[in-house]
Amino acid sequence: MTLLVAHGLRKAFGGVEAVVDVGFAVAPGEVVALIGPNGAGKSTCFNMLNGQLAPDGGTIRLGGENIAGRPPRAIARLGVGRTFQITATFASMRVRENVQAALQSFAGKSYGLWRSADTLYRDEALALLARVGMEDQAERPCGTLAYGDLKRVELAVALAGRPRLLLMDEPTAGMAPVERLALMALTASLARREQIGVLFTEHDMDTVFAHADRILVLDRGRLIAEGSPDAVRNDPTVRRVYLGAGTMYGEQA
Amino acid sequence: MMLEVRDLDASYGRAQILAGVSLDVAAGEVVALLGRNGAGKSTTLKAILGLVPPARGRVVFDGVAVAGLAPYRIARLGLGYVPEERRIFTDLTVRENLEVARRASRQGFAPWTPSRLFKLFPNLETLIDRPGGRMSGGEQQMLAVARTLMGNPKMLLLDEPSEGLAPLVVEQMEAAIAALKREGLAVLLCEQNLHFARRLADRAVILEKGQVRYSGTMAALTADATARKTYLEL
Amino acid sequence: MSDLFADILIQFLNGLAGASSLFLVAAGLSLIFGVTRIVNFAHGALFMLGLYLAWSLIDLFGRSTLLGFWGGVLAAALCVGAIGVVIEIVVLRRIYKAPELFQLLATFALVLIIKDAVLFFWGAEELLGPRAPGLRGAVEIFGRRFPEYDLLLIAAGPLVLGLLWLLLHRTRYGIFVRAATQDREMLAALGTDERRLFTSVFFLGAFLAGLGGALQIPREPAQLSLDLAVISDAFVVVVVGGMGSIGGAFLAALLIAQAKALCIALGDVSMFGTVVSFSKLTLVVEFAIMAAVLVLRPWGLLGKPLALARGAGASAAPLDPPGPLFWPASFVVLVLLALAPLGGDRYLLVLMGDIAVFALFAVSLHFLMGPGGLVSFGHAAYFGLGSYAAALVFLRLDLPAEAALLAAPLAGGAAALLFGWFCVRLSGVYLAMLTLAFAQIAWSVVFQWNDATGGSNGLIGLWPAGALKDRTLYFWATLVLCAGGIFFLWRTVHAPFGLALRAARDQPMRAEAVGIDTRRVQWVAFALSGAFAGLAGGLFAFAKGSISPDTLGVARSVDGLAMVLLGGVQTLTGPVLGAAVFTWLQDEIARNTEYWRAILGFAILALVLAFPHGLGGALKRLRGAA
Repeated sequence: MTLLVAHGLRKAFGGVEAVVDVGFAVAPGEVVALIGPNGAGKSTCFNMLNGQLAPDGGTIRLGGENIAGRPPRAIARLGVGRTFQITATFASMRVRENVQAALQSFAGKSYGLWRSADTLYRDEALALLARVGMEDQAERPCGTLAYGDLKRVELAVALAGRPRLLLMDEPTAGMAPVERLALMALTASLARREQIGVLFTEHDMDTVFAHADRILVLDRGRLIAEGSPDAVRNDPTVRRVYLGAGTMYGEQA
Repeated sequence: MMLEVRDLDASYGRAQILAGVSLDVAAGEVVALLGRNGAGKSTTLKAILGLVPPARGRVVFDGVAVAGLAPYRIARLGLGYVPEERRIFTDLTVRENLEVARRASRQGFAPWTPSRLFKLFPNLETLIDRPGGRMSGGEQQMLAVARTLMGNPKMLLLDEPSEGLAPLVVEQMEAAIAALKREGLAVLLCEQNLHFARRLADRAVILEKGQVRYSGTMAALTADATARKTYLEL
Repeated sequence: MSDLFADILIQFLNGLAGASSLFLVAAGLSLIFGVTRIVNFAHGALFMLGLYLAWSLIDLFGRSTLLGFWGGVLAAALCVGAIGVVIEIVVLRRIYKAPELFQLLATFALVLIIKDAVLFFWGAEELLGPRAPGLRGAVEIFGRRFPEYDLLLIAAGPLVLGLLWLLLHRTRYGIFVRAATQDREMLAALGTDERRLFTSVFFLGAFLAGLGGALQIPREPAQLSLDLAVISDAFVVVVVGGMGSIGGAFLAALLIAQAKALCIALGDVSMFGTVVSFSKLTLVVEFAIMAAVLVLRPWGLLGKPLALARGAGASAAPLDPPGPLFWPASFVVLVLLALAPLGGDRYLLVLMGDIAVFALFAVSLHFLMGPGGLVSFGHAAYFGLGSYAAALVFLRLDLPAEAALLAAPLAGGAAALLFGWFCVRLSGVYLAMLTLAFAQIAWSVVFQWNDATGGSNGLIGLWPAGALKDRTLYFWATLVLCAGGIFFLWRTVHAPFGLALRAARDQPMRAEAVGIDTRRVQWVAFALSGAFAGLAGGLFAFAKGSISPDTLGVARSVDGLAMVLLGGVQTLTGPVLGAAVFTWLQDEIARNTEYWRAILGFAILALVLAFPHGLGGALKRLRGAA
């Protein structure tokens, strides 16, 4: 049973085709990487999946339901969690409050005007933070966290909606090599344990080859390759347009 | 010595980011500044250029004490800066982006002109009248470096030039920086991509919590598994 | 040729002439905003200064000679440019890194100071300027006479537009200016002295404002109310055209000047049996255009979405739960306030009542601005509509004041619900300007609808009967309602709604991605804020016994902003403190000197320069340091 099926997706901006007839699937518990040159249409693809952009054509089925063109918050409520390329946490709040705000929203309590928000879903928030290893920093203001920790808070916030699918846009951008691997290892283990499908974009090939079950390669808006890490690594077209000579990632891993 | 940094402190608001950073870059040398996120690498570059005012310490660039000077004065002395987020002027064309940074040439360095830059970054030539905002990430990164070169610097501060780029483009960037090194430019290079840093740098300085924890040749660091594990891994 | 056609044609030409001067001011404003990101409230004051200076300088150089007239106009514009340079170096340079609203407040302080300076040097009388030598006559167009000078003005607009375009696109200076518009820090890192560039841009902008004013000398008398009249026109033009777009400003100036001219040309027209007075619509029409444009094109006709300014103030700190002494201390303050009237000092009673009312007003505004991140530039609309609703229910429906007070929050909330629906579609400066536009529309309606609102005279005889007749009891009721309102908003900020509201402010995309309907949350915040501002307005009406259109004027909105900013946007107690200090200060100064505006202006400037985080922030820092 597949979780997400995109079919025939297309999008153009002012006559320039950014994504042309792209289709793929993600199964529960599967970690899939979407890679390709800068400007290949990865972000456009992603933004159609998360609702930021409405596709010009094609369908996006989540568990059988077509979600193409729905607004981001509706898609979020259907069980799609996401993290952003540039970390987006609520900087004026404590770590715990970030998760609480998400939990309260998903529970439909965001219009409560009187009861204090401080205790509402506090335990649930702490439990989520424990899952990403951030429970001991729960009371810190988000504005003061180290970058790698912010990424983990974002993951906890994304998990607050009990997602079936996680969309992660360059989740490890700006992180040190080993932090990258640690974050993706955490994500992959959560995904497999809880049967969450993960789709992520990434330029760091060490991360991609270490954690992706399957890789999709986009170039100029089209899907040019798809397959296991080994197959993609050795695909001559992918090497020509994207991977290069292989000096910039651990060729032998 | 092209750049001498001694006991540099810098803070953002109440948070102290740098606590006594000292490092040197010799003329024509490429030094990699390594470390985890939040270790203070970007802040070090910004403090050297005066974008974050150093709270304490000495910065001597090519014989001139520059700590406390306005950023534009430091830049005019021949210190070029390429920020992490590229910060291309997106409303300006490639030509105008280059023009904005043009400054007089310097003795001992061949002056940079757009046509010479196009030899270094051939992609840019065909895009000359395109607004910076309508370029891909890789093209923008090339333009960011080219723009800084228009100021005819003696030294470059490069903040993660490989970040967010396709591996193929990272290889092109590496070739360009290697060519600049051959021209005699000194480079202080912040990097997360070890493969990239290893291929370019003569020496490495590792920062942790705003302090220098390791300093040595790149070859020594490559050989020193303990240092790598201690400072660059978790 | 029909008379109507000739009328419309002449008004069309009039519109073109008016558009030129409007464009000069707006172009300067837009240029300054583009580079410095400062919305210069004092731009209208600079225009006014240009007009007054031209009057004096032409007199000095000789009214009847060509050189005297044009030399005077040019010298006046140059003087205004020089004054702009002084302002930039002395005031603005210190606050480029301060929050946007602080800059706005500082430039508003300059408005007050310049107004009093003009009053001091030129007096309160209107001054009629000389006509331009050689252009005193009129040409005949379809049997109507049209002044020669206005033909020259018609040409001036496109000429200046062309020159500015050449400057910005064909010179190296222009590239610097456009680069600075986007990223001044990067420009400095590339070796450009951005401080000198800023000063030069401010000179150019101020020069254009001064020139716009000086060129008006044969057309309109110099008078003290021009500063705010011109700035609100210029704001509208800049926003309609798109912030930072010179071409857009030109287009918008044409559009608005023509719409106004058309309204005048049409005059009173019979339609469907009733007389529609188009000439009365001139006050509303530009704001209606602005509202329509912003809803259809949120960044103006030729504008682009504004990137977040780099180095904008750090994000807000988490809301700490109040310390153990906070509630006891608040209670003690409240009891002390309640005891105030027992001393029998009528004056103190009035002042304390005002402070209570304005504290609620300021807190309601802060609720939008702080946690909501929605800057309302026309908050007086809800306050004023609350007053008028209460007054009308009291006078026309003959209901007791207690019932009339109920109408105040309902009216304020309803207006906020209506205006807010449009406003939450925008953000930043555009949002602020749209709130201003709606407030101006509300003001115009109240001002012109004589039959219902008493027009400029306002409404009198608002003295409650029954229990609230006693002033001390009324004061206590005010105190309870205001404190209750403030407490309610405090709870709301700390409730899940407050969390959702802050989430929408901090990271709208992330908020949507966790299922928060950010627009709806902000819309509800608008309504709540408007309701409490309306309540404050209702209480104000019965405290004063009379109300006038000033109750919802721009000045009142700015007062509210000043209170919030003085107190500090980051703290919840700040607005209360700010309201108390501001109300007291205004009252104290106004009683003691004719030049109270200038003194208030200097006081605001001093506070802005000394406490860029507001009084509340300063107190917090003191406590943090101790």
